Amino acid sequence: MRELLIIAIGSALVNNVVLSQFLGICPFLGVSKKVETAAGMGGAVVFVITIASFVTGVIYQYILSNPAILGGKLVYLQTIVFILVIACLVQFVEMFLKKSIPSLYQALGVYLPLITTNCAVLGVALTNVQKEYSILAGVVNGVGTSLGFALAIVIMAGIREKIEYNDISESFRGTPIVLITASLMAIAFFGFSGLI
Amino acid sequence: MNQCTERIYNGLIKENPTFVLMLGMCPTLAVTTSAVNGVGMGLSTTVVLVLSNMLISMLRKIIPDSVRVPAYIVVVASFVTIVQFLMEGFVPGLYDALGLYIPLIVVNCIILGRAESYASKNPVLPSIFDGVGMGLGFTVGLTSIGIVRELIGSGKIFGFQILPLADAASGKAGYTPITIFILAPGAFLVLSGLVALQNKIKNRAAKKGRRVIPAVSCGEGCASCGNSACSGKIFPVGNKKR
Repeated sequence: MRELLIIAIGSALVNNVVLSQFLGICPFLGVSKKVETAAGMGGAVVFVITIASFVTGVIYQYILSNPAILGGKLVYLQTIVFILVIACLVQFVEMFLKKSIPSLYQALGVYLPLITTNCAVLGVALTNVQKEYSILAGVVNGVGTSLGFALAIVIMAGIREKIEYNDISESFRGTPIVLITASLMAIAFFGFSGLI
Repeated sequence: MNQCTERIYNGLIKENPTFVLMLGMCPTLAVTTSAVNGVGMGLSTTVVLVLSNMLISMLRKIIPDSVRVPAYIVVVASFVTIVQFLMEGFVPGLYDALGLYIPLIVVNCIILGRAESYASKNPVLPSIFDGVGMGLGFTVGLTSIGIVRELIGSGKIFGFQILPLADAASGKAGYTPITIFILAPGAFLVLSGLVALQNKIKNRAAKKGRRVIPAVSCGEGCASCGNSACSGKIFPVGNKKR
C-alpha cells in the first residue's frame, strides 16, 4: 500500500508528466485557454490513461512477456503493439461512451480523438514496462500521472485567463508568455521534490 | 535547383520543423539538456523519417485510403523499434540518456505529418530527400537549443569546457553555471525566447508585406498540433472538422 502511494504521489507531483517529463506538451499549450476546456481535457486524459495503462499492462504480462507464447520473446513488439492498442482503445472508448453514457460523452467527447497523439499515454505504458511495475502498480502510476497532467493543465488555464488582460510586449504574446508561465510552474513544482 | 536539393533546403530552412513549423515539441524540450543529446535525438529521428518516408512512398498506391493512418503508424513503429535496438547495441550511453524518448519517436508529429502530407503523394526519391531535409532541420534545431542550454547551464559545449568555471575555494574568478537551464524550467525558458524571436522576425516580415509561413503546431490549439499533421485527418471521428 505504501509503495503504491509513493508511486502515485511521485508520478503526480514530483515527476509531473508535463512540467518535468515534457510529455503531452501539445494539449498542455493548446487546450489551456479556458478552465472549463482544460478540465474537460484533463478528465478525458485521466479516463483514457487509466484504461490504457490497465489494458497495456495486461497485454504485456499475459501475451508479450508470457513464456508460454514463443518463450516470452515478443517483448520487442511492445512499441508497435502499444500504440495500436491505444489508438483502437480511444476509438472504442469513444463509441462506448456515445452509446451508453451520453452525458459523459458530451463532456469529454471532443477531446478523445486528440488524446491518441498525446505522447503521455504511450509514455505511461512504456514507463510501466521499463520500471517493471505489476498491473496494479501500473494502473496506480497511470492514475497518478494523468491526475498530475489534469492538475497542471487546470492551473495553467487559470493563470492564462488572468494573463489575457495583461499588457505583454508584442513578441511575447501568445505562446512565449505561456512557455514562461510553464517555466515558473516547473520551478514551483520543484518544491515537491522533497516529498518522497 | 533540382527537386532533391530543393527538398533539403525546404526542410533545413524554409519549413524548418523546429523553428518555423514548431512540430515535435516534446522531444525538443526533453532531450536538449546537452548538445550531444540533441544531435543523437535529431539523427535517430532523421533515420526513422527517411526510412518511413521511403517505405510509405513505395506503398502509396497499395495502402487503401481508409486505413492509411494505422498503416503509417505500423510502418513508423517498426522502424522506431529497429532504431531503438540498434542504439541499445551500438551507442548504449546515448540510449540511456535519451531513454523513454526513443520509443516515443512514434508519436512525433513530424514523422506522421511528412508521411501524410508528402510521402503519400510523391515518388520515392523526392520523399527520401524530403525525409533527409526535414530530419536535418530537426537535428539542427535540437542541436542549437542544446548548445544554448548546455553553455548557460554548465559552461560546456559538446562536453568541452568553454567557459572556465569559478572556484570559490581557491578564489578563482570565472563562470558560475546557471544550473536551472539544464533542468526542466530552462527548457521552457529557452523555447519561449526562441518563439519570441521568431514572432519578432515574422512581425517584421509581415510589416514589409512578405508572405509568412504560419506555425502550424502547438500553442495554436491542441487541435492544430495533432491536426495539421495528425489528428483531425488521422482519426476522423465525427470531429468538428468534418
